[in-house]
Amino acid sequence: MVEADAVGARAGAAVPAAASDSRLWGRLRGSRSAQLGAAILVAIVVAALLGPLSSRYGYDQLDWHHIAVPPFTGAHWLGSDRLGRDLAVRMLYGARLSLAIGFTATAVSVVIGVAWGAVAGFAGGRTDGVMMRIVDGLNSLPYLLLVIALTTLFGRGNPYVLFAAIGAVGWITMARIVRGQALSLERRSFIEAAVAGGASAPRIVARHIIPNLAGPVVVYAALTVPQMILFESFLSFLGLGIQEPLASLGSLIRDGAAQMGSAPWLLAVPASLLALLLLGLNLLGDALRDALDPRG
Amino acid sequence: MFAYALRRVAAILPILFLIVTASFFAIRLAPGGPFEAPQALPPAVRANMEAAYGLDRPLAAQYAHYLEGLVHGRLGPSLSVRDVEVSELIAQGLPVSAIVGLASLAVSLLAGIALGIGAALKRGRALDHIATAAAVLALALPGFVVGPALALAFGVHLHWFAAGGWQLDARHLVLPVITLALPTIAYVARLTRGSLLEVLRADYIRTARAKGLRERQVIVRHALRPALLPIVSFLGPVVAAVLTGSLVVESVFGLPGTGRYLVEGAIDRDYPLVMGMVILYGALTLGANLAADLLHGWLDPRVRHG
Repeated sequence: MVEADAVGARAGAAVPAAASDSRLWGRLRGSRSAQLGAAILVAIVVAALLGPLSSRYGYDQLDWHHIAVPPFTGAHWLGSDRLGRDLAVRMLYGARLSLAIGFTATAVSVVIGVAWGAVAGFAGGRTDGVMMRIVDGLNSLPYLLLVIALTTLFGRGNPYVLFAAIGAVGWITMARIVRGQALSLERRSFIEAAVAGGASAPRIVARHIIPNLAGPVVVYAALTVPQMILFESFLSFLGLGIQEPLASLGSLIRDGAAQMGSAPWLLAVPASLLALLLLGLNLLGDALRDALDPRG
Repeated sequence: MFAYALRRVAAILPILFLIVTASFFAIRLAPGGPFEAPQALPPAVRANMEAAYGLDRPLAAQYAHYLEGLVHGRLGPSLSVRDVEVSELIAQGLPVSAIVGLASLAVSLLAGIALGIGAALKRGRALDHIATAAAVLALALPGFVVGPALALAFGVHLHWFAAGGWQLDARHLVLPVITLALPTIAYVARLTRGSLLEVLRADYIRTARAKGLRERQVIVRHALRPALLPIVSFLGPVVAAVLTGSLVVESVFGLPGTGRYLVEGAIDRDYPLVMGMVILYGALTLGANLAADLLHGWLDPRVRHG
């Protein structure tokens, strides 16, 4: 989670709206890491959506004739676990869940963070002071640990608690970035010009402020998705997230780690997919940031 | 400077008080209790147990009692481990966690700064690309993937190091410390590279070069100190990351540290144990942030005199 702050600080420092959409698209397309990241992400999304349909096994279907068979041995393409469940199918279901949680939690943190940061930035004065104090306070706490403790207390395996807890982690940096942008936008001459020209407050927000906020918000949101997926897997690894018979990548890694001496593929296969997924998302996010940052 | 430091230390106390109060009541809001299922007790026994630990009294009275204990340095008895004080549990686990945590903090700072400087000085060349790619990879790989993988490769198969368990020797320390340090190494290296590159563009670096200093002197004397300032201010988040990471690493390698108390205590509804952990980790995080700020002020005259 530490990385989020540094990334956020950089994303917030750039005022990228200067790059027009088509130039941005061109830069993204030209970036090799963006291509690689997008290819990885698309491949995983397609596999997660279509893969389970094309298999004859369900994610919770036991196969007593093939208990803990290694990959590439016939019946189960990527092997099976100690209950004979198909690892490939479980893993793709897990990837679905991880992707869903990653994007939903990011959406939650974007909504909270943008609202919080925009209100603080535009209201200014005492409101701003109080709101940012709260953010600073939360940031100086072992906030993640509190979320873990509360998740444990209020609902192990309850997906709604999980969504809320994961979303609640991401919004703090987002709020800081948006507030910084809002403050710097207020002083820009084109805002002054719009005010002088008699534009109404909602019009200024809609026409000038939101488009200028969009760049850093999109960049930080893109970099938040892997953070959220990581956090979900982290909770599931500790046994606090997704519960049996459902699987997430984190819970599969937890099971695999427990049997790594006798059935190493149960660890290696889901761990590789998680690493690949995080790598793809990070590459895409970094490329997006570089494309939006005119100084890069 | 001294008065400033004293003021900052004093400012921590009300924050800790807020954390204690908020978590005390939040924990009690959760459903369930320490003497409910799975070990369902006969109602009379359960009532006796709850009375013995004061859990039958009004919440406000329990809170006052807990605060009174805290003022006298008592964290209360553990509810899940019978006849043991929370402070004893922490005293057992803390040395292990502290050794692993401090070792990986030291490793991440040394290796991260060295790699970052190397990458910045060789910008655009092979070393830079390799270091950057390695950093992306290290940040993408979570500890619960790296840890089991290392244990499998170097513990189970190669027998170079222990795959788990705890003894105070290199055999048992290397893998947990590397697992815990890897993401922070990458993070510190990125930060160092970026900030050194920025400093090297500054006017006074050009001046230093123009007056004929050797490159080595330019880097060591003029560039490094301002370049390392951002690392100091991120010491707080780095310590927080190490604390969080220790939950995973201690579980992966079966280390008898304090990390497991947080989750296990919360599962068992061991209220005093969870509170003790929240206070311990809260104080450590706040202390690290404070140390970072003070160090920053000491190193950067603009903060000190500003």
